[in-house]
Amino acid sequence: MFRRSFNRFCAGEEKRVGTRTVFVGNHPVSETEAYIAQKFCDNRIISSKYTLWNFLPKNLFEQFRRIANFYFLIIFLIQVTVDTPTSPITSGLPLFFVITVTAIKQGYEDWLRHRADNEVNKSTVYIIENAKRVKKESEKIKVGDIVEVQADETFPCDLILLSSCTVDGTCYVTTASLDGESNCKTHYAVRDTIELRTVESIDNLRAAIECEQPQSDLYKFVGRINIYSNSLEAVARSLGPENLLLKGATLKNTKKIYGVAVYTGMETKMALNYQGKSQKRSAVEKSINAFLIVYLFILLTKAAICTTLKYVWQSTPYNDEPWYNQKTQKERETWKVLKMFTDFLSFMVLFNFIIPVSMYVTVEMQKFLGSFFISWDNDFYDEEINEGALVNTSDLNEELGQVDYVFTDKTGTLTENSMEFIECCIDGHKYKGVAQETDGLSQTDGPLPYLDRADKNREELFLRALCLCHTVEVKPNDTVDGVTESSELTYMSSSPDEIALVKGAKKYGFTFVGVQNGYMRVENQRKEIEEYELLHTLNFDSVRRRMSVIVKTQSGDILLFCKGADSAVFPRVQNHEIDLIKVHVEHNAMEGYRTLCIAFKEIAPDDYERVNRQLIEAKMALQDREEKMEKVFDEIETDMHLIGATAVEDKLQDQAAETIEALHAAGLKVWVLTGDKMETAKSTCYACRLFQTNTELLELTTKTIEESERKEDRLHELLTEYRKKLLREFPKSTRSLKKAWTEHQEYGLIIDGSTLSLILNSSQDSGSNNYRSIFLQICMKCTAVLCCRMAPLQKAQIVRMVKNLKGSPITLSIGDGANDVSMILESHVGIGIKGKEGRQASRNSDYAVPKFKHLKKLLLAHGHLYYVRIAHLVQYFFYKPLYDAAYLTMYNICFTSLPILAYSLLEQHINIDTLTSDPRLYMKISGNAMLQLGPFLYWTFLAAFEGTVFFFGTYFLFQTTSLDENGKVYGNWTFGTIIFTILVFTVTLKLALDTRFWTWINHLVIWGSLAFYVFFSFFWGGIIWPFLKQQRMYFIFAQMLSSVSIWLTIILLIFVSLSPEMLRIVLRSVRRRKSES
Amino acid sequence: MAMNYNAKDEVDGGPPCPPGGTAKTRRPDNTAFKQQRLPAWQPILTAGTVLPTFFIIGLIFIPIGIGIFVTSNNIREIEGNVFMYYGLSNFYQNHRRYVKSRDDGQLNGDPSALLNPSKECEPYRRNEDKPIAPCGAIANSMFNDTLELFQVGNASDLMPITLKKKGIAWWTDKNVKFRNPPGTDPLEERFKGTTKPVNWVKPVYMLDSDEDNNGFINEDFIVWMRTAALPTFRKLYRLIERKNDLHPTLPAGRYYLNITYNYPVHSFDGRKRMILSTISWMGGKNPFLGIAYITIGSISFLLGVVLLVINHKYRNSSNTADITI
Repeated sequence: MFRRSFNRFCAGEEKRVGTRTVFVGNHPVSETEAYIAQKFCDNRIISSKYTLWNFLPKNLFEQFRRIANFYFLIIFLIQVTVDTPTSPITSGLPLFFVITVTAIKQGYEDWLRHRADNEVNKSTVYIIENAKRVKKESEKIKVGDIVEVQADETFPCDLILLSSCTVDGTCYVTTASLDGESNCKTHYAVRDTIELRTVESIDNLRAAIECEQPQSDLYKFVGRINIYSNSLEAVARSLGPENLLLKGATLKNTKKIYGVAVYTGMETKMALNYQGKSQKRSAVEKSINAFLIVYLFILLTKAAICTTLKYVWQSTPYNDEPWYNQKTQKERETWKVLKMFTDFLSFMVLFNFIIPVSMYVTVEMQKFLGSFFISWDNDFYDEEINEGALVNTSDLNEELGQVDYVFTDKTGTLTENSMEFIECCIDGHKYKGVAQETDGLSQTDGPLPYLDRADKNREELFLRALCLCHTVEVKPNDTVDGVTESSELTYMSSSPDEIALVKGAKKYGFTFVGVQNGYMRVENQRKEIEEYELLHTLNFDSVRRRMSVIVKTQSGDILLFCKGADSAVFPRVQNHEIDLIKVHVEHNAMEGYRTLCIAFKEIAPDDYERVNRQLIEAKMALQDREEKMEKVFDEIETDMHLIGATAVEDKLQDQAAETIEALHAAGLKVWVLTGDKMETAKSTCYACRLFQTNTELLELTTKTIEESERKEDRLHELLTEYRKKLLREFPKSTRSLKKAWTEHQEYGLIIDGSTLSLILNSSQDSGSNNYRSIFLQICMKCTAVLCCRMAPLQKAQIVRMVKNLKGSPITLSIGDGANDVSMILESHVGIGIKGKEGRQASRNSDYAVPKFKHLKKLLLAHGHLYYVRIAHLVQYFFYKPLYDAAYLTMYNICFTSLPILAYSLLEQHINIDTLTSDPRLYMKISGNAMLQLGPFLYWTFLAAFEGTVFFFGTYFLFQTTSLDENGKVYGNWTFGTIIFTILVFTVTLKLALDTRFWTWINHLVIWGSLAFYVFFSFFWGGIIWPFLKQQRMYFIFAQMLSSVSIWLTIILLIFVSLSPEMLRIVLRSVRRRKSES
Repeated sequence: MAMNYNAKDEVDGGPPCPPGGTAKTRRPDNTAFKQQRLPAWQPILTAGTVLPTFFIIGLIFIPIGIGIFVTSNNIREIEGNVFMYYGLSNFYQNHRRYVKSRDDGQLNGDPSALLNPSKECEPYRRNEDKPIAPCGAIANSMFNDTLELFQVGNASDLMPITLKKKGIAWWTDKNVKFRNPPGTDPLEERFKGTTKPVNWVKPVYMLDSDEDNNGFINEDFIVWMRTAALPTFRKLYRLIERKNDLHPTLPAGRYYLNITYNYPVHSFDGRKRMILSTISWMGGKNPFLGIAYITIGSISFLLGVVLLVINHKYRNSSNTADITI
């Protein structure tokens, strides 16, 4: 009866959108219930975008969504349909080329994905069907199948662990390929299925799993398993992330496991997390687009003017249709307006070359190839992790040279994140470790010297707390038989603090040996093993900022140990205890150490019953489990007794200070965003010279604000006060701000998370916008800003705030941990440190480097160079085709693209070493300086000037009767060829003038392309092309070269058109001299 | 926490990464190319290097310019071979409808194109259901005035001057690009089935009596077919060869030009001209090039001087590399 109602309850729940029911082994759970086959997707992973059939249309569609491609398509169509002066080939061919290249690239990438998909989908897995192991292809797995996975295999889909070969039903898993954390994580089977270790027994399991619908959060899973063991009533057990084995993770140190598939194929968490990175566009690309629009405007105007002129000219009838050049009947009959329109279009087509089609290809290629130089750079190579830099996107190379704001994480980025236990304080007595901890191999030589001792019991309690209150794992191989040499222990944890603490405890004689059967084993100072039953772990989270364990001692006492940030622990302990410790904590924080407070509490057995029930209830909850757990945790972690505090040093990274200084000198504003406490963060900032000794600090923290009654008033007061102060310093000199920095008093701002949220989220009536703008004004005037106590989301908030500032400065975020991911994704350029807190940051970043110090070279050298390169590239492209090169524009691809490509890859106008050593150079290119209106106009006018020179030079030349010694005349095709020859030479030589770094590749390509041009022209004009309708180019080039006058003209005009550039060089060097003297 | 996880590379599960780490080194190759340390020539373009260029250019250009200018001015004297040109003005041979209006296949003697000319020739493609040979507006509007030059003798008698018809077209045009339809039949037979262009008086195979200068390979025709770049143009009409070294080709005296007027130009406000010119090594008379060279050379030289002065004023500082962008 009960079961029926329960089932009905389940069925009701099943219909709710939020859950799904999985029948283990696809066996109906009972005869009475009808087996409802649910439809789930199969286990095929499809990461590829296209199939063989839809590749062409889909790919084309996507390509033409790009504005430039679409534009060229339109031009092409106009050329095909309307009678135009240029053949459709001239624009069709480049377009075709661009499209094909892109399609091939995308096709190849997709083919790789197909192959990878196939590899996964066709890999063999073993499924338990009818008490037999059945070999199957991975893609055939259905939801509900029981899957057997062996050691070192990856899980083919998301599985609920049913049993493993170990007695306690645990297995170790590494999620290195999912989130980069290479440590082994323990996953547990539900107690009731642990025993099912054979094929037969597992097949007899009758159970149903209810779980939420697939969602992408890797660390969240809520479910419940109902086990119908012996036809009595179902046993319900809760399932959490610790029961779920994710597809993509690898089984380690466990021979085999059985699991039931709950999410398959595209519904696995891994697949749900598969998503293209949000497209970040660089400022240069935006500039390109802006220029494109300007040029489009010019184009339209030009076409309109030309159409008008044409009709003006045609208004005299003999011009419109002289007897020698009559129109066809059709032309005469065409409706006039339509004719004007087509004329307009054909002029547009004629001039369409001012928008360079090949630029996009070249820019893409430049970026793609250019990014290799970053990953090839030996200076980014780090011995320790055996890896160099990683480039995840090639679109942002030049953006590295444009950064205005740098947001950096502290832990692991500025600092090493290799923690070292420095000292601890027990009941106000300070214990200081003298010997340097090298690694786990160091000898434990009893208690280290301490200044004065606390009570022996308290001391031991403290050390036990250190040994127990953590989630550190001992590498399981070493603890198989429980008796291990302490020196062989290798600790693994997701947080290096914990390892440092455990190692610290070891120095004082308490060694954590491992967990066995739910018992934590600790070796005390007398070399005895103490066992504590681990009842509950109240995991760490960044909101509570503390973690606790509940253990049962051998004597049966139930103890709760809690460790956490002082702000998280102090409110929960007795006041008189705080005073003793607080001094030490603050002192330690000032020194730049990370401090944690340790507290404990004894729980009476009755209370424990209640707590236990609450905890289990919360863990079982299907809905809002997080919130419920939190509430319970909150209730438990009260009325504790403070025992002591620890101090862990986080060493500064190599050259962090130098890097920060260099960045400062380069005019970048460095903001440190950290979750750490203010004092620690502040001292780190001093240590890495973010704040100088003469920097005046403005503090906006809870401390400064809480002094007064009404926080908001106080905040307002402070804000206005600071603003006044700053405005006095910088009287409206925003433009010369950079200069002002070096001369004026430097200001640093410190703000903490709660104040920030007060500023950002204060109620409407108090004028939050006002606060915000004042705050921003203050921020912009400060050289350095330190934001401490930040939640990950707040970091992103800050970045977004700065990003949306006036003038939209380019932001760069650098961080190493999962908590930095949000800010890395938010900023223009995200840089990940391949650090110790897993690889999430580097996976989500655009670039990943091993160390913070590499940022210096990345920005100052690579960024600078790439920016200069691409800026030149773009300018060059807008400059190059301004002349009416008409039908010869197809040469664009072959003749003039290669040199600029080589140039844009190899140019180093300043030596890399100079760049890194003189960060001031970075300022010169900040603010997209090279792609502003000025240079743009310069290049455009240069192009217009040269166009004029070319045309009129040749025009005057043609005023004569003949250009040849035999008196023969040249026609219009010669005219065009002369202009084009001059064009090709000028453009290439101009590039040669700009090149400051001539490698053999530059030589080859520049001279080679000129030679190729000559060769090609001879070839093209050399024979009668059988498949062409017209032979107008026949022998033009050769004939042209036979004329001395034409040679002379070409040389003259090349010189004339290059002279402005030469003049510029001279004037610039003169001007520099002037400024120097 | 992990807000946005990207598993781009892990579709295939990724290689398992045991905590120990792989032993394979991933250090990038230490090659000059990859480290961007290729040996390179780094010319530093400063005033010091560019200024001499101005001087050199100036020094070279001025003499050349003077040379050209002198040569160009000397062309007046009628010595050596004299070239006879006709000139048209306001005639847009470069009009795009006009330029296209030809069929190079037909002109190259392609039999199929002969009878079925390209569509580009419209409206001069067919006449009375017969294909036009040569088709198109260019051919149709061929210059057909006849110019004859006589020297007025002492007794007012007219001595005709021999005007050579051949050798006025490009060699490649005459021998490769333009060809009569193949065959050994008389030209008239080979052009059978075609009709003359509407404006022509005679069909194409009757342009000249000389077999080698008739049909498509008539040099007047070839010259006309090489469309001019500008609306005012000249085309080579005849050659007057020098008979011997002793006498000038056209000695001073009175000449009589007989023009058979066929070609209408008034309708488009055009003008006709006849030009007699000798040719130097650099072509016909054109002061532009010489003047341009002299001007540019002088400007360059002047600029060099001015800049040198300015540069010298600030020469006190060391010659650091030019590091501005």
